[in-house]
Amino acid sequence: MSRQYEMVIGLEVHVELATKTKIFCGCSTAFGGAPNTHTCSVCTGMPGSLPVLNRQVVEYALAVGLATNCGINQYCKFDRKNYFYPDNPQNYQISQLYLPICHDGWVEIETAAGKKKVRIHEIHMEEDAGKLIHDEWGDCSLVDYNRSGVPLIEIVSEPDMRSADEVIAYLEKLRMTIQYLGASDCKLQEGSMRADVNLSVREAGATEFGTRTEMKNLNSFKAIARAIEGERTRQIELLEDGKKVVQETRRWDDNKESSHAMRSKEDAQDYRYFPDPDLVPVMISDAWLERVRAAQPELRPEKMARYQEEYGLPLYDADILTGSKHLADIFEETVAQCGRPKDVSNWLMTDAMRLLKEAEKDPEDLDFTPANLAKLIDLVEKNVINRTVARSVFEAIFRDDVDPEVYVEEHGLKVVNDEGAVRQTIEELLLKNPQSVVDYKAGKKKAMGFIVGQTMRAMKGKADPAVVNRLVEEMMSR
Amino acid sequence: MSLLDLTAVELGRKIKAGEVTAVQATRETLAQMKALESTLNCYVTIDEEGAKARAEAVQKKIETGELAGPLAGVPVAIKDNMCTEGLLTTCSSKILYNFVPTYTAEAVTNLEKAGAVILGKTNMDEFAMGSTTETSAFGETKNPWNTAHVPGGSSGGSCAAVAANECFYALGSDTGGSIRQPSSFCGVTGIKPTYGTVSRYGLIAYGSSLDQIGPIAKDVTDCATILEIISTYDGKDSTSLKREDTDFTSALVDDVKGMRIGIPKDYLGDGLNAEVKKAILDAAEVLASKGAIVEEFDLSLVEYAIPAYYVIASAEASSNLSRFDGVKYGYRAREYEGLHNMYKKSRSEGFGPEVKRRIMLGSFVLSSGYYDAYYLKALRTKALIKQAFVRAFEKYDVILGPAAPTTAPKLGESLSDPLQMYLGDIYTISVNLAGLPGMTVPCGIDAQGLPIGLQLIGDCFREKNIIRAGYAFERSRSYQAPAIAHSIGTPDPARVRTDAFGKGGRVNEQTV
Repeated sequence: MSRQYEMVIGLEVHVELATKTKIFCGCSTAFGGAPNTHTCSVCTGMPGSLPVLNRQVVEYALAVGLATNCGINQYCKFDRKNYFYPDNPQNYQISQLYLPICHDGWVEIETAAGKKKVRIHEIHMEEDAGKLIHDEWGDCSLVDYNRSGVPLIEIVSEPDMRSADEVIAYLEKLRMTIQYLGASDCKLQEGSMRADVNLSVREAGATEFGTRTEMKNLNSFKAIARAIEGERTRQIELLEDGKKVVQETRRWDDNKESSHAMRSKEDAQDYRYFPDPDLVPVMISDAWLERVRAAQPELRPEKMARYQEEYGLPLYDADILTGSKHLADIFEETVAQCGRPKDVSNWLMTDAMRLLKEAEKDPEDLDFTPANLAKLIDLVEKNVINRTVARSVFEAIFRDDVDPEVYVEEHGLKVVNDEGAVRQTIEELLLKNPQSVVDYKAGKKKAMGFIVGQTMRAMKGKADPAVVNRLVEEMMSR
Repeated sequence: MSLLDLTAVELGRKIKAGEVTAVQATRETLAQMKALESTLNCYVTIDEEGAKARAEAVQKKIETGELAGPLAGVPVAIKDNMCTEGLLTTCSSKILYNFVPTYTAEAVTNLEKAGAVILGKTNMDEFAMGSTTETSAFGETKNPWNTAHVPGGSSGGSCAAVAANECFYALGSDTGGSIRQPSSFCGVTGIKPTYGTVSRYGLIAYGSSLDQIGPIAKDVTDCATILEIISTYDGKDSTSLKREDTDFTSALVDDVKGMRIGIPKDYLGDGLNAEVKKAILDAAEVLASKGAIVEEFDLSLVEYAIPAYYVIASAEASSNLSRFDGVKYGYRAREYEGLHNMYKKSRSEGFGPEVKRRIMLGSFVLSSGYYDAYYLKALRTKALIKQAFVRAFEKYDVILGPAAPTTAPKLGESLSDPLQMYLGDIYTISVNLAGLPGMTVPCGIDAQGLPIGLQLIGDCFREKNIIRAGYAFERSRSYQAPAIAHSIGTPDPARVRTDAFGKGGRVNEQTV
């Protein structure tokens, strides 16, 4: 490749809001549920039914807009986007085109290349569609309207990103912010956060944008990074071959690590947007806006500062703990019960993170009761169990959310404080391993470690390591 | 005088007094329907069994005192674009030939709570698009005054049923005149209330920003009474208004002294039939003789109302009607290949020509590149028309004029020239564009023996002004029913349509 290229990337991010009910009716938004059980005449588009806006949707959209430095359209409207598809029961989606609720914001991101601002063009509210299931055996398609009418916000960025790293940093930033606001759980796998990537390439230094494509079906940060690299390569190859990039929507196949065209600009539909006459304009009073502003929860930067100040944690700990709102919540609840913030932090940062990694899970998936971790920390603190045992107990908490007090009792894991029993075990081991004593006396300190380890094992880890160390040294030195 | 000649309120009073029962009234009305339906075709569906059962249940509640309202036990007809749980609701369209709603429209629920006995669903122009009831997929309704003429539309079935004593009152809907114009053609009284007064929940939308449900009956007293019952705030309709002034019957006073009434000169110009004009001016004279101050004025912008209306209503309709696609309910083409073809064939076969015309018109004006030139311009025109009325109502309490330029045209005359038909809406559609209340009161009979209607228009929330004016005017004349309403001493068995009866009506899959 002779020439240097740079990517220009803008994102459209859809986020499912965490309301209990749908955007225009009282049906539940709960994920799952037997098909078409969370439905009514409104969200199945029955003739004569009418939408009524869920106030909480506006509040969440405002919260996200304020947290991303957006201007607020205090007079905003809903528009109909007309297109035919069976997952869309009215054959129009209620969305916002002409007067979206939030506009012209920005977030700051940080990558290896440094800090930068990514501008947000707008945030608008809209309804989600149902789900089509193609029954290949039955030669038919089935539709489930449980998701129809679940509230979404779409966050549209400006084309300000130049690398996959920046895209991931931007998405992480949005996810973190929205999770902190409690406006969504932002799970890419479950589809509560979805990103479409608009990407073009141009020669470094060029001022005009190249022709862009839009990539859909990106279900993880990894897929997004791979898709960006794949699309960059594809577009550069086209340009290098003297061909043109076609403006089109492409679908990423993460298994094949390649994309294929879904529809070109020529096939682009005319959505015939117009203001929805069934809904009245949303008037956001100054007082309402102020209430939302005042109720904004602590976001990550404030929380990080507080953890260092209030709990005396190092920056490193504060950074990791606040990296997930859920993790930070567990941390705070645990500390509230047992104090010892640094111990709590250590358990979460080392053991919890290691187990999550092994299980290929995210901090959001932690589902144990903070009280159980607090009890575990108390047990260690009171020397009821030793640290080695505590590790295995923590694994049980992590897996099955066990009550550590009951678990330790049932499995007989308490520290053996009977020095006589420890001495007897060491005595037996020394008799079996005379060479170790010889080596030790000859100056090989490792030999002692061997006996200590054997003792701990023989006592099933329940001995107090300090006691074992002291006794082994004493007895080997005889 | 037959029981059927009573007004709804008179019948309600007699039922309450124990002089007649709801069951009796229902039975007699059903007999009238049996005798006349083969001639008039006012109904798409007649729910004979349901009506009888309901009449009995209501009668019991009246006797125990549980139901004491003015319309308890009175049989009613519902326009077929209002959802009725368990009862076929077709919008007179093939595409909904088999649609049975799972819920009942709010306005109908309000009537049920007041003890109404629902007889069936009345015929209409398909999806309320038309001015003659001839665009119905289930045959046109005939005008009870002369069966060679149309009853008007789109609520033609409801108005004809009231005139022919095939019900005591009816609900209609009015998007551009669909209550007022057929009321005029059939010689009955109908009110289109201020937009937002009656919940649209369960009304199958045509032009959502213009649609309003309203009462159709024999006189102003009935209409005020019905409107009082159906005007409730409904949290299920975002455009529903919370009103404290829905005690419309309090305006039933024979007193127009000092009332300022304006007649738009624009409503008396070319195109207005001379007999209609005379009847309207005579009516104005009656009100003047009772003390009203009547004068003519320039309303302006009248000629822009029709294009603005057809752009806005069609735009909304093109989107509102997109849900009828053969996927979830209603008509689906028998044979098709793939999704797109299924949509195309189901909609091509399911919708009639007038509906297709408006879907195409509406889709066009919303298309990118045309939106500003047509849709936005129409919205601006609508705002200007609204302003013209605001100015007029600074000077007048009521605006008076004809409901339609002519009396009922002959069957078949209008559809041959849709543009001419659209022009017939000229006096009614501005009222919808401005969201105002309007009422038609019968004011004469022309040389052909066809009724003429007087239109009274009020400012927003001022239904009481037009009710008062209408009530005072109707004191000056007595209600006239068409001859056919009294024609059944002995029903001619050969003319009794038995196939029109029972839940599900006469429409079945074989005939579609």
